[in-house]
This record gives sequence, C-alpha cells and structure tokens, in this order.
Amino acid sequence: MQFSGRRRKVITSPQVELYGQALQFYGQPPLENMSLSEFESFAVDRLKLLKTIENLGVSYVKLSDDYKRKLDNESRNLNFPYRPDAVPDDRKSQVGPSEYEKRRKDHISHFILRLAYCQTEDLRRWFIQQEVDLFRYRFNGLQPKQKVEFLHKNNLQYDTISVEEKKTLQDKLVNSSHNVSGITVEDQDFYKVPFQDALDLVRTRKVYLKAGYVYIPHQDIVAIVLNDFRTRLSKALALTARSLPAVHSDERLQPLLNHLSHAYVGQDYSIQKNVGKISLEQIDSLSVKSFPLCMRQLHQALRDSHHLRHGGRMQYGLFLKGIGLSLEQALQFWRSEFIRGKVDADKFDKAYAYGIRHMFGKEGKRADYTPYSCMKVILSNLPSQGDHHGCPFRHSDPELLKQKLQFYKVSPSGISQILELVKGMHYQLACQKYFELTHSIEEASFSLNHPNQYFIESQRVLGGGKDIKREVGTPQRSQENSAARGSTTDREAAAAANAAKDLPEMTEDLDSFFQDA
Amino acid sequence: MPSSGYDAACLPDLLPLYYRRLFPFAQYHRWLNYGGVQKNYFQNREFSFTLKDDIYVRYQSFSTQTELEKEMLKMNPYKIDVGAIYSHRPNQHNTVKSGTFQALEKELVFDIDMTDYDDVRSCCSAAEICSKCWTLMTIAVHILDRALRDDFGFQHLLWVYSGRRGVHCWVCDEAARKLSVAARSAVAEYLSLVKGGDETVKKVVLTDPLHPFIRESLAVVERYFPQYALHEQEILSRKESVDKVLALVPEDILFLKELQQDFKNEMKPESRWKLVQDQATAKKGQHFEKEIMLQYCYPRLDVNVSKGVNHLLKSPFSVHPKTGRISVPMDLEELDTFDPLAVPTIRSATPLDKTETSLAKYVKYFDQFLDGLALSWKGELLKKSDLEKDF
Repeated sequence: MQFSGRRRKVITSPQVELYGQALQFYGQPPLENMSLSEFESFAVDRLKLLKTIENLGVSYVKLSDDYKRKLDNESRNLNFPYRPDAVPDDRKSQVGPSEYEKRRKDHISHFILRLAYCQTEDLRRWFIQQEVDLFRYRFNGLQPKQKVEFLHKNNLQYDTISVEEKKTLQDKLVNSSHNVSGITVEDQDFYKVPFQDALDLVRTRKVYLKAGYVYIPHQDIVAIVLNDFRTRLSKALALTARSLPAVHSDERLQPLLNHLSHAYVGQDYSIQKNVGKISLEQIDSLSVKSFPLCMRQLHQALRDSHHLRHGGRMQYGLFLKGIGLSLEQALQFWRSEFIRGKVDADKFDKAYAYGIRHMFGKEGKRADYTPYSCMKVILSNLPSQGDHHGCPFRHSDPELLKQKLQFYKVSPSGISQILELVKGMHYQLACQKYFELTHSIEEASFSLNHPNQYFIESQRVLGGGKDIKREVGTPQRSQENSAARGSTTDREAAAAANAAKDLPEMTEDLDSFFQDA
Repeated sequence: MPSSGYDAACLPDLLPLYYRRLFPFAQYHRWLNYGGVQKNYFQNREFSFTLKDDIYVRYQSFSTQTELEKEMLKMNPYKIDVGAIYSHRPNQHNTVKSGTFQALEKELVFDIDMTDYDDVRSCCSAAEICSKCWTLMTIAVHILDRALRDDFGFQHLLWVYSGRRGVHCWVCDEAARKLSVAARSAVAEYLSLVKGGDETVKKVVLTDPLHPFIRESLAVVERYFPQYALHEQEILSRKESVDKVLALVPEDILFLKELQQDFKNEMKPESRWKLVQDQATAKKGQHFEKEIMLQYCYPRLDVNVSKGVNHLLKSPFSVHPKTGRISVPMDLEELDTFDPLAVPTIRSATPLDKTETSLAKYVKYFDQFLDGLALSWKGELLKKSDLEKDF
C-alpha cells in the first residue's frame, strides 16, 4: 500500500469487478493511493463498528432482529455496506457515499486494522472474533443465490444436491444429526462438502458422510464458511505481523497504528477536571467505594506491601492522576507509602520520584501520559508473579476472583453472574456488573471502558445523581445515540482533516467530540 | 501363539536367503514409487531398520530399487518400518537447514492390535492369538474397510497381517497421502466407538439418533456375534463372564434382578442373550444390547498411530522377529478363512522350487492391488503430460 502524503487522489474509473460483491474474504489487499486523513478516518470508523459488534454480541443474541437492526444502523451511520443487494454503480438513488465507496471503505479499513491488530495473540483474537461476527451478519444478509455465488467465487466448490437425492437420503440425513429433521430435509438445500473442510463435524460424527463428502444443510453451511474465514484471517495476520517492522518504519503510520491497537473510541481522561479536589486522606475510603476492582486491588497491595512494581505503579499512578491528584499530592502519596516499606526517603527521591514526575509530563519528552483504558489494561502488559496490575476479571484465576469478591461482600448470585461473564470473556461487562452490585443499582447507565469512567460514574451515583449532562437511559440506547452523533461529527472532522492535520490533533478532535463537557 | 518351532536365532541365516530370493523388491518399488508422478517420491521416503542386537537406525532412504536391494542385503534388517515422504532425502537430513526438513505425505494407516481387546477375550491374552479370538480381526477389517470406502470414498486399501497379533491398513489413495494431522485424527475419531481404559467399565455409550455409520457397523457385528461371542467366547456361560456382561447393563436394580433370576432358569447362551435383547427393546431409548455387542466386538484402534504424518509402521513383507511370520497382504475376498497361523514363516517360505513358494499367492494379490493403484496414477501422468505438452 502506497501513501501519497497529504494529497487526496480521486478514483475516476469505477472498478466494478473489484467491488462487485458486498461480501468478501479480504483475500487481496487494496492497491491504491490515498490520503493519510482518509486512512485514519477509515480505520477509526471500522474500529467503532467492531466495538459495536462486540457490545451488541453481548447484549443480544447474535442475528436476532434487535441485533441486526442495530448493526444495520451502525453500518449505515459509519458508511459501511449494509444492503448486500445493492449494485456498486448505484450512485444515483442514494444520498451520501455510493455502495461502491462503502465497499471500498470496508476493504481498506479491514486491511489497516490488520496492521494494528496483528501484533499480539490477544489483539489478534479480538480482531478475528469481531471480524468473524461481522462476516456472519453480512453472510446471513445475502440471498440464497448470492450465498451459492459467494461460495463459488471464493473457491468453496460446494454444490447442492438434487431434490431426488435428498429424498433418497432422507432417513440417513435425519439420523446423522440432532438438528436435522424431516422438515429440514424438505425445506433446506443440502450442500456436498469435502470431508477435509468439515473436520469438526466428521470427528464428532455429527453429519452424514458418503464417499468422502459430508452433507450439510444450508443452516449449517455458514459454520463451515465462517471457519474458513477465520482460518484465512488467522494465517493472514501471522503473515502481516512479519511485515510489521517495515510498516512501523513509516513515521506517519506508527503513532496511528499504536493508537488504534490500544484505542477504545471514547474519552481518555487525560484532561483533568478535578485537580486538587481529592485529598489523600480520602483515598482509602474512595478505594472501597468508587474504585474499580483493578485499582482497589492495586491500592490494597500498595498498602499491604508498601510497594508496587513498575506495571502497578503505572496503571495505578495514572489512574490517580485521572481522578484529580496533583503532582505534589502524588509524590507525597507514593513517598509516604514506600517509606513505610523497605525504601528510605533518599532512595525514593532518586529512584521513584522521577517516574512519577514522568507520568505527569514533567520529565523526558514531556508527554502527558493518559490513564489506561480497560482495553489497554486487559490486553497489554500481562502481570506475572509479584504483580498486581492488570484486570482482575481477565488475569485473576477464577477461584481467587471468587474469593476476593466474597471478601468484598458481593452476593453469591452476583458472584456467579460475574463469573459467567468472565467465562464468556466479557471482562468489562463483569466489571460493570461489579459496579451495579456494589452500588446497588439495577443497570448501569453507561458502557464501561475506562477505570476513570468507573470512578466518575460511581461518584455520580453516590453523589445523588447531580452533575448529569448525559441522559440516563439503557446502555444500548445511550451507545446508539453516541454512535449516531459520532458519525456526523466524524465526517465533518474527517473533511476538516483534509487540510493536513497531525495525529494528535485528529485524536483530540475525536476526544473533544466524545467529551461531555 | 503355539510354538511353531521358530527360534529367532535362525534369523541371521535365513534373512539373507529371504531377502535374496523372496522379498518382492520389484512390486515393493512399484508401490512406493507411485508411478513416478511426483518427483523424488521414492527417494524422499524414510525407512527405518532394526538390526541384530536391537540396533535401530532411522532416516534410511534409497535412490533406486537396486540401491534398496543392495542395502537390505548388506544390512540384513530384522525389522523394516516405513515412514513418511519428506521434503528432502532422509539420509541427508543432517545437511538440511534446521526447521526445513519436514514430513510431507504418507499413507493413512491403521493398526489393530489384539492386546487392546484383552478385557473382552477369554481365550488368550497379551501376545497370544488363536482361531477363536482372530474373529475380532475379521470383524475389524470388515467394518473399517466398509467405512473407509463407503463413507470416506477411499479406494486403494492394503490390509496386511502384522505377523503376530494384529492387522494394519494402508490407505494409499492420493487424497489420503495428503491428509493433514488434523484430518487423520478426525478420521480416526469418526471410526472410534470404544473409549476408555482399565478404569472404565462401560466403554461404549450410544445416544439417539444412531448415526448411519453405527448402524452399518452393528450390522457387521450382528453377523458374527452369536457364533463368536456366545459360543466361542462363552460370554454368557460362566458366572464370571455373565457378571461382566451384566455390568454393562444400566443399573435398574429391578430388572437386573429379574435377568439374573431368568438366567438361573435358562442355560443356553442364545436364550440368555434373547432375554437381554428383550429387556432392551422393552425400554425406550435404551441401546444397551447394542452397546454390549460393540464393546465385545467393535474394532479398537490406536488414534496415535493414524494421526502422525511421520509415524513409522511395520512394512508389508517384512518378517516379524518374534514369530518369524511374514507380514503378508490379506485378500479380502478370503478374509473369513484367513488363518494367521498358516501364514508363511521365514523358514516355511524358503523355496524348494524357485517358481512356487507359499508366499506366491500373497505376492500375486499384492500385484492385483498395485494394478488397481496404477490406474489412478495413469490418469495423473496423462494430465501432467498434457500440461507439459509432451506428446
């Protein structure tokens, strides 16, 4: 992929062949020039889409009507394809970007995110999961004919069997699988798939096998296709990871890709609104009342051993900055605690004070570090022996987590709800559930993705609900609203960005949009 | 196994004779060369030899049939194993950059070993076999051969007597040779119904609906069950064996006591079995009579043998050092009359006359198998020459 700096290049000849289908396996990378700003905005939009998919996947049954409707909305708002039956040339009947442009955006943004998400196992897993869910939703939206066409175009030479053959095999088909009934055989098409492409079904003997082919009803062919998509994407990400050094050497891209892979689209709490409003004496009680579990754990560990290792100092230190501690307060806080341990005042000033000043942007390259979002806490810097940082819902052994929650007096039913969510890898939702249980509220009015957000929301609830600028509604609705607001402002931001903007400025635009102030 | 006057001490003298006069090198090479369709297929094949005094050498490979003959005559292997086709000549694997020497293809293989049935045969144990328990192998071959052909579509299956207590199957289709580890393991698991080790009493559990594969396999077992299990193995005759069978019946105390009572009045095994069957049909959703038949008769295969692309398996026509018997291919047309104790040994195979040996019919059968296999690579060669425009 070539980057032509800040020039915008317009595609004059519609490549109908290239984007002839709404759905693709992303086998071929895009080969065109584009502007940096389009590059950035495409990537950010796709990230928003994938995050929506992640959230919807937890709150709704995948492919239920609600799920599909909301995903349709989000796709439309972000200018991604959502009507699989539209033809690329169809520019006239629509306002806004054409189907062709949407598909192009889809294609390019996928490949950009590959660059950002190929680096670690966790990132890859997340990216693959959301892309598979997106693919499932889109494949589901195709007409049956389009589905077969898609299969053939992508070298999945699966043919359907004739009605006569279905009749002959009816008993065998019904007896081979739990979810195949006589009606299934009558109503649905059956595909013949080489057994090598359906190993899971063969291994467990859940399918009819004859002469090396398995006979799969239409409802199940999706599983095969998804598996194929997943495998291809997984291999591609492994290859992409190998070419990363070359990509990272392009200075224009590295900051963006890093930002994307640690990003969550929302506030980053770097701008402190409440500096000095919190006194050090309050911290102990605040840690019990308003800190998310990760910070409560870190605070507890700090008090217990009078020390925290680097990962813990960063995660907790930046969080404290985010809730409003000033640099002076922070220095006093850490110093007084460390001195109680094995560190004397001198050593603290020499070895640790520098790091704290660094966090506040007073040393080194003077970058004002932002407090870690949930995603960053969950995905980066895995804790090892002796560490207390990370996300307890992700990194604690479930038994230990259970004990901890019991110790913090969470009800048994609450604990099992939390553990269920943890099992499903919905760590932020588990924390949200923890919030709901400890604050005795039915349903949190926010979608948790930042520890400082947890703190602010907690203070809001405990403070009797004053300082409410955002409407109190269900998490899904407020999410949808912000998503809707997001796309229009984003388009404007992207258009403005045409006039050559730096990355920090661009992210500031995004941040300022998301801020409630 | 009854003593046939065989003593491993004869091997150093008889093996050279065997290799010089009887080992079918031409057919062997014809097989492993697979028509020369793929370059270096024979040259990159790994063989391993077990020599005198248990010296084991791996990564043997040969450029031509002549070289193979020469080396075998020189080294006089007691045991020959065949492995995978590698990316490079196995005998040069040390010169290859680390990580690039890889097993690429191999036949899909199965190994059925009589010792895996020790918990359900009463006539023999461990390495012994007799005509009574050999039926288990017959059943195994029928079931697996059908499944591999009808269900998986494989066509070129070579069944070989291992020389002592079991059979091997070599699936030689091109598609089979190219299967991945995951695919091999999936095939083996599809074919597995008996699960569990010593601590598991009930090794077969069936649930509705019964997959067509299970029905087909049951059909084979049912053909042999009365003669084999009821008469020869006498599983419902002595109290001890009866208890073992009844342990596989669900713990409904009421009807178990009923059965035990009925058994007191009924001594004939067939009648007793009928009582068990009647109980099973009376109870909906119960398949315990089928589960019993399968536990006593269904093939037990070692998934690990089939899984690995690089797994080494005893070669057809090699000698079994412990019995002196030759690993001969089995003609499935005569499967039901196959007698492992009548298989030529290295001693009995020694020709009295150059043209006729007891080994001849097995070599002839191997020829037929190879003729069938050759048809498949004729098509490949034609395709290739068309592509290269070699007329």
